[in-house]
Amino acid sequence: MSAGQPPFDSPEIRRLTPVIGPGHTYGSVTDKISAIVLTRPTSFGWFVGFSIAFTLMGLMTVAIAWLVMKGTGIWGINIPIGWGFAIVNFVWWIGIGHAGTLISAILFLLNQKWRTSINRFAEAMTLFAVACAGIFPLIHTGRPWMAFYMMPYPSTMGLWPQFRSPLIWDVFAVSTYGTVSLLFWFVGLIPDLATLRDRSVKKPLKIIYGTLAMGWRGSASHWHRYQSAYLLLAGLATPLVLSVHTVVSFDFAVAIVPGWHTTIFPPYFVAGAIYSGFAMVLTIAIPLRKVYGLEDFITMRHLDNMAKVMLATGLIVAYGYFFEFFMSLYSGNKFDVFLVQQRLHGPYAPFYYALIICNILTPQLLWFYKMRHNVAVLFIMSIVVNIGMWLERFVIVVISLTRDFVPSAWGRYSPTFWDWATFIGTMGMFVTLLFLFVRVLPAISIAEMRELVAETSEEKK
Amino acid sequence: MQHRRDIYGVIGEFGTPEELIHAVEKVRAEGYHQFEAYAPFPVEGLSEAMGLKRNLVPAITLLGGLAGGIGGFFFQYWVAAITYPLNVGGRPLNSWPAFIPVTFELTILGASLAAVFGMLALNKLPQPNHPVFNVARFTHASSDRFFVCIESKDPNFHLEKCSRLLQEVHAHHVTEVALDYF
Repeated sequence: MSAGQPPFDSPEIRRLTPVIGPGHTYGSVTDKISAIVLTRPTSFGWFVGFSIAFTLMGLMTVAIAWLVMKGTGIWGINIPIGWGFAIVNFVWWIGIGHAGTLISAILFLLNQKWRTSINRFAEAMTLFAVACAGIFPLIHTGRPWMAFYMMPYPSTMGLWPQFRSPLIWDVFAVSTYGTVSLLFWFVGLIPDLATLRDRSVKKPLKIIYGTLAMGWRGSASHWHRYQSAYLLLAGLATPLVLSVHTVVSFDFAVAIVPGWHTTIFPPYFVAGAIYSGFAMVLTIAIPLRKVYGLEDFITMRHLDNMAKVMLATGLIVAYGYFFEFFMSLYSGNKFDVFLVQQRLHGPYAPFYYALIICNILTPQLLWFYKMRHNVAVLFIMSIVVNIGMWLERFVIVVISLTRDFVPSAWGRYSPTFWDWATFIGTMGMFVTLLFLFVRVLPAISIAEMRELVAETSEEKK
Repeated sequence: MQHRRDIYGVIGEFGTPEELIHAVEKVRAEGYHQFEAYAPFPVEGLSEAMGLKRNLVPAITLLGGLAGGIGGFFFQYWVAAITYPLNVGGRPLNSWPAFIPVTFELTILGASLAAVFGMLALNKLPQPNHPVFNVARFTHASSDRFFVCIESKDPNFHLEKCSRLLQEVHAHHVTEVALDYF
């Protein structure tokens, strides 16, 4: 915390906590954020972190290469558990992506000023999480080089995709989500790329940033159309983000498998996605502001608000768990009742209890002001929630598939080394991309921070 | 009338958004039409001061969304009912509720692509170079300074008069903008 900022330990002062530290001007925010990319030397810590992440990404490459050579038999999947880690991880990653779009689109439409300093890297996080998510269904097909079969194109076989299938809906939802997130992120970056072009000294950097900025010069008529486009994109991304996890939940809910065939799945999947996404934003924001000294821009107000969003969505998720449980019992359907018993007493019961502890019990600490303002607690809690949300998908996929209708079809599932290698490898890829992102692009939107400076200086008058 | 075809215009620099808006209002009141303001962020009230009308981006976005949605739906209809009909337990081939998720996604996709590429096209971007980049101090237009440029193609353009006008509204530096690109 920089000198001159009020302490954050009393509720009276908290009301006055700014979304940007005092004394900043258009020039100072520009200098501070662009310096991270342009002038600040690459630290030893960056290389260490990048190397570790890149090594893990290498592990993913090896795991995928081995998969391509050997087939999906190297994984723990079997009949009846055909989905396993691939789908658990897919749903987990795609859920994490949701917070980025929520912050950049929904909070933009709601005119929440505190979104400004966190939206850029949250959007980047979305893109990288969607990239990680996309890998799993692709390699889960077993023959990823045939994945283009899912795209509608006039083939010589006269074959077309089955548009009534949730799996094809998923292809369209996830690829649209990836594309729109990329557009939204890039449009937001254009003015900042122009800033980097104008401030970089080295010729190659000028050429690279200049090409990406496309000759942006900030003229009034350009801004006029830019703002229209940005607002429209925010309006379009809002229903999109809600639809993506809804479609992902259809992959489950349209099937008749016990524990999946429920109408509560879409809203509860969306709430869970936002929950895990905000947890991941906190996991990234806390080290980022510390390492790059961005406490003036990502203030305690941001962390506090994100913790509150986590608490709220966590309660929606808890409500979802409760009604999932209640409806199974209330329905009197013997398969559904049996599934509840399996969750509580079956071979995978420890995962279910761990999930309840991580997702429902621990986050209740966020009711307390002291906890929301303790950075270490928030960081640990964000990781606990991420683990909890992963367990949720594990419980949904594995318990239902190991215990379907006929006892002769029951089975067991345990992941192999290659399952873990692929999963941890995608985490490596995610972190690698984040490291590259903070090094070469402004992690906070400079143009929007200048706008925030203008707005806060107007308020003072 | 002194028409100058050898320069792009004359540009003045300002320190705050308020000065910029004041300058724009003054330049417009003096009867100039071919001028442009430059700012490092979207300044509130600048579009109104410039007299910019509603732009075409929303209309293009609507068309993109309609094309994506209508095209997407009938494409699925054509695939599922005409060119590749599959009889699944005697259910109707035009099972339209099942086509809604993809129709929705393609509506959003079409509208978003139209919004972004429509905005870029209307702004005539990418445009790698522009005469205003010839002004050395224009690099500040992307960080902390605001600019107004009166262009020589304006019928009332007169170098001295325009420079004087910009100085009257308290521009910090007033310079000519060269036309040549390199």
